[in-house]
Amino acid sequence: MVGITGFGAYIPKARLQKHVMVEANGWFDAGLKALGRGERSICNWDEDTITMAVEAGKDCLTALESDDIEALYLASTTLPFLDRQNSVVVREAMNLNPYIRTMDVSASQRAGTSALLALLENGNQANSLLVASEHRRTKAGSRAEMLWGDGAASIAVGGNKVIAEFLGGESVAIDFVDHYRGEDSSFDYDWEERWVRDEGFMKIVPEAINRLMQRCSLKTADVSHFVFPTDQSRTPGAVAKKVGIHPDAVVDNGIESVGVAGVAQPILMLCAALERAKPDEIIVLIGFGQGCDAIAFKTTSAISSSLPKLGYRGAVASKRSETNYNKFLSFNNLIEKDIGKRGEADKQTYLSGFNRRKDLLNGLIGGKCRECGVLQIPREKYCVNPQCQSLDSQDDHPFANATGTVMSWTADRLTFDWNPPAYFGMVQFDDGGKLMMDFSEVEEGKIDAGAKVTVHFRIKGFDAQRGFVKYFWKAVIID
Amino acid sequence: MATGIKDKVVILGMGCSKFGERWESSPSDLMVEAFEECIADAGIEKDRIEAAWFGAGIDAFNVGSSAMPLSIALRLNYIPVTKVENMCATGTEAFRGAVYAVASGACDIALALGVEKLKDTGYGGLPQRSRGVENDMYWPNLSAPGAFAQLATGYQAKHKLNKQDLKRAMAHVSVKSHANGLKNPKAHLQREITIEQAMNAPFIAEPIGLFDCCGVSDGSACAIVTTPEIAQSLGKENLVSVKALQLAVSNGTEASHESWDGSYLKTTRIAAQRAYDEAGVKNPKAEITMTEVHDCFSITELVTMEDLQLAEEGAAIKDVLDGRFDADGSNPCQIDGGLKCFGHPIGASGLRMLYENYLQFQGKAGARQLSSPTLGLNHNLGGFPHQNICSISIVGPYR
Repeated sequence: MVGITGFGAYIPKARLQKHVMVEANGWFDAGLKALGRGERSICNWDEDTITMAVEAGKDCLTALESDDIEALYLASTTLPFLDRQNSVVVREAMNLNPYIRTMDVSASQRAGTSALLALLENGNQANSLLVASEHRRTKAGSRAEMLWGDGAASIAVGGNKVIAEFLGGESVAIDFVDHYRGEDSSFDYDWEERWVRDEGFMKIVPEAINRLMQRCSLKTADVSHFVFPTDQSRTPGAVAKKVGIHPDAVVDNGIESVGVAGVAQPILMLCAALERAKPDEIIVLIGFGQGCDAIAFKTTSAISSSLPKLGYRGAVASKRSETNYNKFLSFNNLIEKDIGKRGEADKQTYLSGFNRRKDLLNGLIGGKCRECGVLQIPREKYCVNPQCQSLDSQDDHPFANATGTVMSWTADRLTFDWNPPAYFGMVQFDDGGKLMMDFSEVEEGKIDAGAKVTVHFRIKGFDAQRGFVKYFWKAVIID
Repeated sequence: MATGIKDKVVILGMGCSKFGERWESSPSDLMVEAFEECIADAGIEKDRIEAAWFGAGIDAFNVGSSAMPLSIALRLNYIPVTKVENMCATGTEAFRGAVYAVASGACDIALALGVEKLKDTGYGGLPQRSRGVENDMYWPNLSAPGAFAQLATGYQAKHKLNKQDLKRAMAHVSVKSHANGLKNPKAHLQREITIEQAMNAPFIAEPIGLFDCCGVSDGSACAIVTTPEIAQSLGKENLVSVKALQLAVSNGTEASHESWDGSYLKTTRIAAQRAYDEAGVKNPKAEITMTEVHDCFSITELVTMEDLQLAEEGAAIKDVLDGRFDADGSNPCQIDGGLKCFGHPIGASGLRMLYENYLQFQGKAGARQLSSPTLGLNHNLGGFPHQNICSISIVGPYR
């Protein structure tokens, strides 16, 4: 049996309140008021498709029997690099072994479901990982801005301790252009919603579902969880009704809580379905874009035995309210902002130097001394223990899953930061080792010496001049 | 067995430019201003100088690298000139080079000059600059106040202090330096402030507020040094001699090993003990009558008092509030206004501190003259609390 063996999710903590978006742009498009309920997730300035993918991938590993992963596919239409395999960056940040298959899958809203189908159909018993992650830019005042969110989700596929058996998949490849994003554009261009619904969703999706039912010898009435990602709130119900799926089976798109997260959306919703599913239930997963993927799963008796640490519910619940619309525009580079002269400093990454420090930068790997056992980061030639100082005595030691304590900190308002003040300080790791680090997600007044932290892969800075994104690890205070 | 530097070298002359926002002055102008005072004070011709050490801390916004800017600015006679850079310890580092050259017998008369032109950046605070190819990839983009603010949070946590009590003592440090700076015509900042002003000023890097920060200034200072015998033969009186010159440089232990808790400066403690041993100081509180310490931020001065053994560990707050380091206290600190008000042109600061010692021992400190100074200690801290360079010099009357 091959199927889903685990899942994980990540949604940025910040939730922009939609009423502030309406207040900002309702004067221009009164129609936005109808979309003004609830909130949507927004990436912090230091989050992107890669950093969210790392979080979602690591969340999945928290519940896997074995973290011996033999393939990692990253699906997204918002990959930070067009030519530098993004999934390899995720692989290094997750500290997965290097001898695995990696691939970036892109260029369609069904990139996630297509990649998942490919992993399922290769039938491997060992675990493979799909991570879908999306951080789409939208024009200020657009409906998309109101309806979409940022997020990532992951699915492990394998033959050991399957929680949802793969029953089969169908694909329809049709060049239905409901929207597109050209090579040189960072925004979507879309067509009228009603047309997309009538000529796209209502025609293409039912056909795919019916073929899937036939292939798997299933009846639509048996479907308990119908995952249909779309920012059209009523369409999933309409499609369900047309094909005979019970309305209670329709999985919520979370438009008023998270927003539709593009390529990650079907996978996030699949996580939500897996969390609430009982044994022996049928899940139908749809991915829509230039046609349609339809995939059927049947949950097993192991369905509730391996829940990830965060999961979909946990990711939705881990949040803080954001009411500053300008911050959202600024984080997404949607306004020309005066960042001050300190922000003008050259941010070049010297790639040969980066390569030498890659283990530290991508994997937060330090050293453990064989002579004295002291943990240390960064790893240097001589051991840092004043009583030891042995040469070349250290083995690699990963700190990415370590917890630590804030030893000292500050909120720096002089230095440049995209979200001032810049919080940073000395972190003492619980098992040993110490590092001066940036903090992220700090809420004013909620940081002090003694606070416990975990570490997270985040954007360190941008080299806008040369189009490079620098990543490193930051400490985040445990709620 | 090394015998140390005590009383082997004396100061023949010193000079110091006006510190401040010297918009009109180039680094050369500042160097010449300090040097002209110095050479006149030394009473020698320029070509008696056999070697020079040139300190400049920040290449990118100053004079560039190499020793040539000094040689060109002063039209030195093709003598050996060495450029030194060791962050905020740069000025003392230049002095150390010149003193060691004389002590070794390699030359009779040597010059040390430090200069910094910080006000060509277009913004307040120290220049934004690279910390090195690899460091830039993972170090927080920390400013100097951001780095030293952590000394406050570390010290506060260690001694379980109330935030406001510490802030009040920090304010006292700054108020005292402003009062002293008012009496110094060369100081960058010459106005009094109140405790309330200092405590209520906006945060630069919590808990460091605007008035906890030293001035960022343009300026230059220099010294000409020689042997006691030559100075006497030149008719120099009230000789001021070098008693100790020490440097301690972090090796990464504080930054990466748990033995350091962030509440003190390890380098200062090490350099201070070495300097006291070199100078023969047994009881610092009684023997050191004036200190010029690296008060880049008020918290640095407060903690440094403990690290120099001038206050018991954890007791600096009380001693500060009791006025022990005020102008009329038992161990006056920053009698010239300190980095806080005299200003902090990086490469010049160590020499500026020596300049104040020199004036005090020569009885030329004007309105801020101390009655009977015996030994003066100068302390610089380059870098951050978790990794830094500490330089300490002790000077006093030659005997």
